[in-house]
Amino acid sequence: MLVLTCPYCGVAACETELAPGGEAHLKRFGPGSSDEDFEAYLFLRPNVKGVHFERWRHAMGCGKWFLAARDTATLEVFGTYRAQTSAPPPEIVAAIQAKRPDWSLT
Amino acid sequence: MSTRLPTGGRLIDRTAKIAFTFNGKRLQGHPGDTLASALLASGQTILGRSFKYHRPRGVVASGAEEPNALVNLGRGPTHEPNQRATVTELFDGLTATSQNHWPSLEWDIGEVNAALARFLPAGFYYKTFIHPRPFWKHVFEPFIRQSAGLGKAPDPKHQDPDRYEHFYAHTDVVIAGGGIAGLQAALEAGRAGATVILCEQTAHWGGRAPVDGVEIDGQPAEDWINDTVQALEGMENVHLRLRTMVAGVYDHGYVIAYERVTDHAPDPDAPRHRLWRIRAGRIIAATGALERPLSFPGNDKPRVMLASAMRDYLVNWGVSPGDRTVVVTNNDDAYRTALAIKAAGLDVPCIVDARETADGPLVQEARARGIRVLTGMGIANVKGLRGVVAVQLGRQAGEGTVVEDVVCDAVAMSGGWSPVVHLWSHCGGKLSWDAAGAFFRPDPDRPPTNQHGEGFVVCAGAADGALHASETLENASTTARKTLASIGKLAPDAAVSKATAAAEAPLAPVWIMPQGAGPKKRAKMWLDFQNDVKVSDVQLAAREGYESVEHTKRYTTLGMATDQGKLSNINGLAVLADALGEDIPRVGTTTFRPPYTPISMGAIAGEARGAIFQPLRRTPIHGWHEANGAHWEPVGHWRRPYCFPRKGESHRDAVNREITATRTSLGLLDASTLGKIVVKGPDAGRFLDMLYTNMMSTLKPGKCRYGLMCSENGFLMDDGVVARLDEDTFLCHTTTGGADRIHAHMEDWLQTEWWDWKVYTANVTEQWAQIAVVGPKARAVLDKLGADIDLSDAALPFMAWAEGRIGGIDARVFRISFSGELSFEVAVPASLGRAFWDKLLEAGAEFGATPYGTEALHVMRAEKGFIMIGDETDGTVIPQDLGLDWAISKKKDDYLGKRAQERAHMTDPARWKLVGLETLDGSVLPDGSYALAEGVNENGQGNTQGRVTSTYYSPTLGRGIAMGLVLNGPDRMGEVITFNTTKKTVKGEAPKTVQARIVSPVFYDPEGEKQNV
Amino acid sequence: MSDQAVSALPGAEATGLVTVREMGLQGMVTLRADLSAAARAVQRVTGAAMPGVRRIEAGKGCSVAWMSPDELLILCDRAGADRMVFDLTEALTGQHHVAVNVSDARAMFALEGAPGGLRDVLSKVTPADMGALVPGEMRRTRLAQVPAAIWFEAEGAARVICFRSVARYVFDVLAMSARPGGAVDYH
Repeated sequence: MLVLTCPYCGVAACETELAPGGEAHLKRFGPGSSDEDFEAYLFLRPNVKGVHFERWRHAMGCGKWFLAARDTATLEVFGTYRAQTSAPPPEIVAAIQAKRPDWSLT
Repeated sequence: MSTRLPTGGRLIDRTAKIAFTFNGKRLQGHPGDTLASALLASGQTILGRSFKYHRPRGVVASGAEEPNALVNLGRGPTHEPNQRATVTELFDGLTATSQNHWPSLEWDIGEVNAALARFLPAGFYYKTFIHPRPFWKHVFEPFIRQSAGLGKAPDPKHQDPDRYEHFYAHTDVVIAGGGIAGLQAALEAGRAGATVILCEQTAHWGGRAPVDGVEIDGQPAEDWINDTVQALEGMENVHLRLRTMVAGVYDHGYVIAYERVTDHAPDPDAPRHRLWRIRAGRIIAATGALERPLSFPGNDKPRVMLASAMRDYLVNWGVSPGDRTVVVTNNDDAYRTALAIKAAGLDVPCIVDARETADGPLVQEARARGIRVLTGMGIANVKGLRGVVAVQLGRQAGEGTVVEDVVCDAVAMSGGWSPVVHLWSHCGGKLSWDAAGAFFRPDPDRPPTNQHGEGFVVCAGAADGALHASETLENASTTARKTLASIGKLAPDAAVSKATAAAEAPLAPVWIMPQGAGPKKRAKMWLDFQNDVKVSDVQLAAREGYESVEHTKRYTTLGMATDQGKLSNINGLAVLADALGEDIPRVGTTTFRPPYTPISMGAIAGEARGAIFQPLRRTPIHGWHEANGAHWEPVGHWRRPYCFPRKGESHRDAVNREITATRTSLGLLDASTLGKIVVKGPDAGRFLDMLYTNMMSTLKPGKCRYGLMCSENGFLMDDGVVARLDEDTFLCHTTTGGADRIHAHMEDWLQTEWWDWKVYTANVTEQWAQIAVVGPKARAVLDKLGADIDLSDAALPFMAWAEGRIGGIDARVFRISFSGELSFEVAVPASLGRAFWDKLLEAGAEFGATPYGTEALHVMRAEKGFIMIGDETDGTVIPQDLGLDWAISKKKDDYLGKRAQERAHMTDPARWKLVGLETLDGSVLPDGSYALAEGVNENGQGNTQGRVTSTYYSPTLGRGIAMGLVLNGPDRMGEVITFNTTKKTVKGEAPKTVQARIVSPVFYDPEGEKQNV
Repeated sequence: MSDQAVSALPGAEATGLVTVREMGLQGMVTLRADLSAAARAVQRVTGAAMPGVRRIEAGKGCSVAWMSPDELLILCDRAGADRMVFDLTEALTGQHHVAVNVSDARAMFALEGAPGGLRDVLSKVTPADMGALVPGEMRRTRLAQVPAAIWFEAEGAARVICFRSVARYVFDVLAMSARPGGAVDYH
C-alpha cells in the first residue's frame, strides 16, 4: 500500500486516496502519424523492472494529476512532481541518480 | 488425567468461577483461563482430530502457534470454526465443540485413515484422483468434499450479529509484542519522544519472562514489567494495546493489527474486532521465539506437549498435564520445565537429553533435585492409544532399539527455539542461518525497505535471536535506539535494566529422533501436526524430485493453513535439506505471509456491511420513489426506479402502462442522475471539439447538440447533450454512470496534455435535480404551472434551452428528447427537486401524469433507434459501427479517437453495423442472441454474423423490437437471418432458433414529427 | 418559495461517542481561477485573505477554503450563494475563471464531542491523519468509500462535506463509527 505525496496539496496520500494512470511522459500521436508511432503511443509499454515514471491522480483529494518516479521492484519513491512537463525535471533525475548511479534517462 | 493443581496460576483468579460447555458438557474454569487451560484443568486432553488421519489430538502449545486445539466456538449466528483454544479467553457462557470427527471425538470412524496411512502419502490426492477421468465428478470429488476441511462453515442462513470496525492510525513506531523486549523498546521510543503503538496479542504484558523465572535488576521480572507498563502508561506519546496482534507488515510502512475487542467479554454494543490500519515510520518486531517440537515416533499423541507450554500451564494457570512427565530435549531451557514440574510436587521420571553431555547450571540443578538425566538418549516410541502410558527410550545415535521403558502420562519436548521473524519477512526482509542456535534470524544487511529505500522493520530481543534473557533487554534497547535514530528520534541515555537467568549450554541440533530411525518409525514422526505431514512425507517428496522448499510445501501441505511455518518450518526444511544432501541455509525457508495468525472476515470488511456495504447514491426525489413502490435498478452506485408497479401489476405490465401513458399523454422521469459538467473558458470550444467527435465550437448560445465521446482508442465511451450557456461556457451532459469518469477524463487531458489551454471544468451533477417532462401534454403541464419562459415551439424549438422560473422555481429547460415525444428536461436546484416533482404530479393529474422508470426509458429510446452506452457499446464499438457518422465531424483535423478510427481494423467494411431487428413471429429476441452463419470456425464452433444489443417488447407497436450489430447489416435491409436461443433443446431435434428481419433501427415516428410540436 | 427547499437529510442526528448532525441548507460556491491573480477580487467579495494550501480563512459572513491550486470553496449563507457567484463573476471580469453555485450538490455534517473521541470517530473511516489535522486546515480525503472534506471549526467540533447523493451513506457511516461501545481512546 503505497504512500505518494501530492505535489499540489502536499498531502502524503494513501494509495486508497489515489487513482493510478499508467506510464507518464507519453507523447501523443494523432491524425497523420504512422501506424507504428500510433501503435507505440497507444499500446507499447516497456514495463520496466526498476525506475519508472507514472501518472497518479489525487482522486480523493485535490483532484490533480501528478507524476511519480518510483522503482517498480523495491517500491522506493524518488520523487513526485507536477504533471505539466513532458520530461522528468532535473531535480527528479538527480534524486534518482543519487540512489541508482547506474541509471540514466534515455 | 490433566488437572488443576491446588495452588499456583499467576493469571487466574481462583476466587471466582466461570461456566462454559465443551461438546455439550458443562464445565468450569476461572477468570484468566484460556479455553485450553480450562479444558486441561477439567481433564479434557483430547481436543480434536487431525486433518488427514483423524488421529486424536490434544494441546501442543500455549499460544498462537497451537496446531491441534482448534474448536468451533459459539452457536447459531455466532458460530465460528477453527478457533485456537489456546488463545481463546474463557468467558461465562462460552460454548465450544470439537472438530473433524464423526460420530464422536472419542470414537471417530475417520481414524481408519490412520490405519491406511501408508496408502495416503504426500501428494496422495494428486496421484490418486486423476484417473479414470469420469470418476472425478461422481466419486472422488464428493468423497473429498465430505472429508475435507477442519471445522464447520457457519450456516449461511445466519447473519453475523456482531459489528466490526477499522481504525486508521499514524505513528512513528509500531512495536509488535509486549514481552520484556517490546516493553524495553517502547521505553526507549517513549523517552525519545516518538509516537508509539505497542501491541500485545495476549491479554497480558511481559511475555515469557515471569514463567521462565527471569530476574530483572535483582527482582522478579513481574515487578519490572509492572513498573515499565506503568511508566509507559504515563507517557502521552505511547499507546498500549492488549489483545492486539500485528498481523501483517506491508509496503511503505503499512501495518495491519487485529484487535479482539470483545471476544473475551461479549458486549452487544461494542465492535467485536477492530482492524488497525497503521502507517508507521518504523516497525519493531519484538515477537519473541517459538519452541520447536522434536520429531520422534508418536510425537503427535495427546499429552505430548512443548516443554515451554507445559511450563506455561503450570505457572500461569496452575494446570498439570500429567502426574509423571518425561522431558525430552536437545537444550538446557527444557530443564526449566522439569524443575517447574518438580516444584509443583509432580514427578519427572527422567530427562531424556539427546546431547552426549549436559552439565549446565540448569542440568546440575535438575540433578540436585534428584531428577534422572539421561544423555545421548532419545524417545524411540510413545506408547498409548489416546494418550501416553509410557515412552520407550533408545540411543539418539542409533536406530531406535529400545533400551528402556519409562512409565509416564505426559511428555514435554523441546527441539530448541526459532525467532518469530514473520513480520520481518512479510515485506521482503531476508534471513541468515545461525548455526549455533540452529535457527534463521534476520539478516541486518537485507531488511525490507520502504518508500525512502530505508530498512523499516527491525527485530528486537528473542525475535532477533537474542534468546537468553540476559541478552534480551540489551538487544531490545540497542536495536530500538538505533532504529529511532534512523528517524531522527534520539533517546536520552539511560541505564538499561539487567536481566538475569540461569546460564544455558549450547543446544545440539536434532531433526530426527533417533537419528538412524528406519522408515516405519519415520512414518510416525510428525512435522506438521495440523496438516498431518510426517518426516516420511517430506523425504518422499525429496525423492520424487521436489527440491524447492516452496514446491515441497505445496506438495506435502507442510506449514500450510493456519500454521504458516510456526511450528513445522525449521524441522521440515531441516529434514528436506538432509534428504537432499544440502545445507539448511541453501534450502532456505518458505515465505511467511500475512496474516501472522488468521483474522476474521468481519474485521477485514469493517463497517462495510448491510446498508452501508457500499455507498448508495440517491437523487433528491428518491424518497418519493421509495414511498411509491419503485422497483429499483442499480446504475453504478445510483439506485434508479426501473418501474413503479401498482398493486397486482407485473413489472412488464407496469412498464407497458408507463410507456403508453407517456406516448399518449404525459410521463415524468427523474433524470437527476445524468452527469452535468460546466466547461468554461476562452478555449472551451476548442477543448470540446477535441473531446467530442462532432463540432461543438460552432454551437450557438441557447442551443443544444448531441455529442459522442471516444477514448483515444477510438471506442465510444459516452454520449450526451451539450448546451452552450454563453459565449465561453458549455454544459455537458453525460450518461448516468459517466459523470465522475468523464469529469476525470476532461481533467486528465486539461492537466496533462493541454495544460496551456484556458479551460476550467466544474462537475455540477448533484447541484441539479432534473426531470424529463415527456409526452403530448408536456407543454400543457408546464404552462399550467406558470412559466416565465416562452415554451412555444417557435420560441423554444427542439434542441434549444432557456432559463427562467416555472411554478415559482428557478429552472433551466432543455428542449431535448430521448423518447421521441415532445419533451422538456427541466433542471431545478436539487434542494427544490422534490418540491418541483410534487408540483408536476399535482398539475399533471388532469393529464394522467405517470412517473416512469428506466425500463420505459429504454424501450422508448429503442423504439426511436437511439443507442444506449453500455447496450449498443461494450468498449469495442466505434461510432461508425452504429451509423452515427452524421455525428462525426469531417471538418476537424483532430479529436480524441480520430487517429484510432483510421486504423485498418476500424475501417474494415466487414465490421458489424447497427440495424433494427423484427422477429417474424413478433416475439422478443433473447438478450445477447447471436445471428448464425454458415460453417464453423477453427474451434469447431458455429460461425456468427451478428448479435443482439438491445431487445424489448414494444407496447407501442405490440411486438418485439431489437437492435443489433450485423455483418453488412445496413446493406441487407429486409433480409431474414436466424438467431440462436436459450430454449431447451428437444433430444434429436435441431436447437431452437428464431428468425428476424433486418430493418431500420427507427421503429417509431421515423420523421420525428412527435418531438417537433 | 425557498421554504420548500430541503437539504439532503433534514434533521438527521445521531448521538453516541460524539453527536453527528446534518447541518441543513448551506451556501457553497466553487471558484476556479488563477488564485494569486484572483486574490484581490476574492478578498473584496468575501472579506477573506486568500487561503494558503489546505487552509480555510474566515471572511465577512463566509469562509473560504483552499480546494486545489486553482480552486476555492466559499461557504456562505444559502440565500447569498447566487449573489456570491454574481459578485465574484463581476469582480473577476476579464480574468479567466468559473464561479458556480454548488450549494445543493453537497451535504454538510457537524460532529461534536470530546476532542480526542471526535478524532477517534473520524479515524475509523478516513486514512487521513486526524491527529495531525489542526483547526483551520481542510483535509480532502476518503471517508469510507466516498470522497469528503473534513476540518475542525474548533477542537471538539468537526465539519464534514460530501456529495448530496451519498449523504445518507455518510451519515450512517459516521453514526456507526460514533456508536457507544466503540471508544478507542487513541487520540
